Amino acid sequence: MRKFIAKPVAIAIVVFARAITAVRAIWPAEGVFTGQCVYFANHSSHGDFILVWAVLPPRLRSRVRPVAGAEYWLKSAISRFIGRDVFDAVLIERDRDTRTGDPIEIMSSAIDAGSSLILFPEGTRNQTDQLLQPFKSGLFHLASARPNISLVPVWINNLNRVMPKGEIVPIPLICTVTFGQPMQLASGEAKEAFLERARSALLELSPNTRGENA
Amino acid sequence: MSGVDSDLGKLVCGILAVLVVASIVGYILQRRFSPDGSNASIENLNARIKAWWVMAVLIGVAFLAGRVGVLVLFGFCSFAALREFITLTHTRRADHWALAAAFFVVLPMQYYLLWLHQYGIFSIFIPVYSFLLMPIISVLRGDTEGFLDRIAEVQWALMICVFCASHVPALLTLSIPGYEGRNVLLIAFLIIIVQLSDVLQYVWGKLFGKTKIAPRLSPSKTVEGFVGGVASATLIGAGLWWITPFTPVQAGLLALVITMMGFFGGLVMSAIKRDRGVKDWGNLIEGHGGLIDRLDSVVFSAPIFFHVVRYWWSVT
Repeated sequence: MRKFIAKPVAIAIVVFARAITAVRAIWPAEGVFTGQCVYFANHSSHGDFILVWAVLPPRLRSRVRPVAGAEYWLKSAISRFIGRDVFDAVLIERDRDTRTGDPIEIMSSAIDAGSSLILFPEGTRNQTDQLLQPFKSGLFHLASARPNISLVPVWINNLNRVMPKGEIVPIPLICTVTFGQPMQLASGEAKEAFLERARSALLELSPNTRGENA
Repeated sequence: MSGVDSDLGKLVCGILAVLVVASIVGYILQRRFSPDGSNASIENLNARIKAWWVMAVLIGVAFLAGRVGVLVLFGFCSFAALREFITLTHTRRADHWALAAAFFVVLPMQYYLLWLHQYGIFSIFIPVYSFLLMPIISVLRGDTEGFLDRIAEVQWALMICVFCASHVPALLTLSIPGYEGRNVLLIAFLIIIVQLSDVLQYVWGKLFGKTKIAPRLSPSKTVEGFVGGVASATLIGAGLWWITPFTPVQAGLLALVITMMGFFGGLVMSAIKRDRGVKDWGNLIEGHGGLIDRLDSVVFSAPIFFHVVRYWWSVT
């Protein structure tokens, strides 16, 4: 029964997100990367992974799972339903002291099972005036555990204006999702260097960095 | 009744013929001069022809569905245009509720008033009530940074995308003696003249254009294109008098007003785009630019056309 209504709910959420944001994907000149990968994106809104999910070609979308905080998505019956059944999220416990499973192991086994992941390396939603917060180390540890996996930077633009934290009514504004070229962890690359490289690859996709407006 | 049906029928056949000819010409040009899609003008022409097909089909379906269809179609256009416009503004978090009100209260209310035929309140709801209420909602959050700019941007957005655009379907509310039940043809007249004027200015400009009118705003607009386009669109307007309540001379004069407003409307909207450093308002139809790019001349001419017709022809 839950599985039965999960699909229509997923479609309804995507239709709603598209109606509000008219979201459009901007692919790199080489075209869509079709391999298994980890999409890593900037994080400013609860709707972030929905937009990435919505613009991916259906063939890729069907094997993509967002990585999300377990404590948030297991809080109530409805968020459990949306997180687990609708979007099949890979739920990880963020609190180091109380967690029972290792997030890197959980993500790695999802990759081994053939899934692509959507990951927000800032760890939490960006409420600051900065474009991008410093990355947490999770992306590095995941890349070290599965060094062959491709990492695709994804910049989500404008969604923070659609629904800022604490607001309940979304404002219809046009959003874009810009995909960069896949990158990989270089052999022997240090944590700081890698995270900085990944962060600048992501920042480069931002329209503000490219000198365009909106 | 048979009058509107047969005139509408003739009009539809005429429009279809023009679109078919345009598509064939576009196809031949593309085959001969731009087989690899490298000639930007020809690609752009074909993109426009496709957009006209979509426009013609949507408006045709709306006409078939009657008053509801026309109101829903233009209500959707207002929504999509407002979304494009607000995307390019500098609003801040403090404007969140003012923006929500613009989209979910003001916009539907404007079209609902049209549905109710409440002309009195319809004509002042945005310029008076929304104009004053929007800054009141925003000011409650106490954020004063760029306040005047933010408020002015939202008011302009509502004015252009909702108030002006809603004057196209408002043509349905006019009562013109001897023209009962045929008001949809006024909408057709307005849109045909605006679109033809745009394309004729483009064609005349491509053929004879030398003197640029406003090189900083719109490098493709030339004096030759403007004069030729306005003159030929005015003549075509006069020739379409039979779908309107006007005499041929009146139809020509109204077409002249429409094309002039449309031209300057296009310039104003270009200036806003330049200011924001963008080429197009959006990407509603991939590769064709945004809805406002197709609608800019309509929104400027619609209220003026509406009020001229209302003042001299309507009894309401």
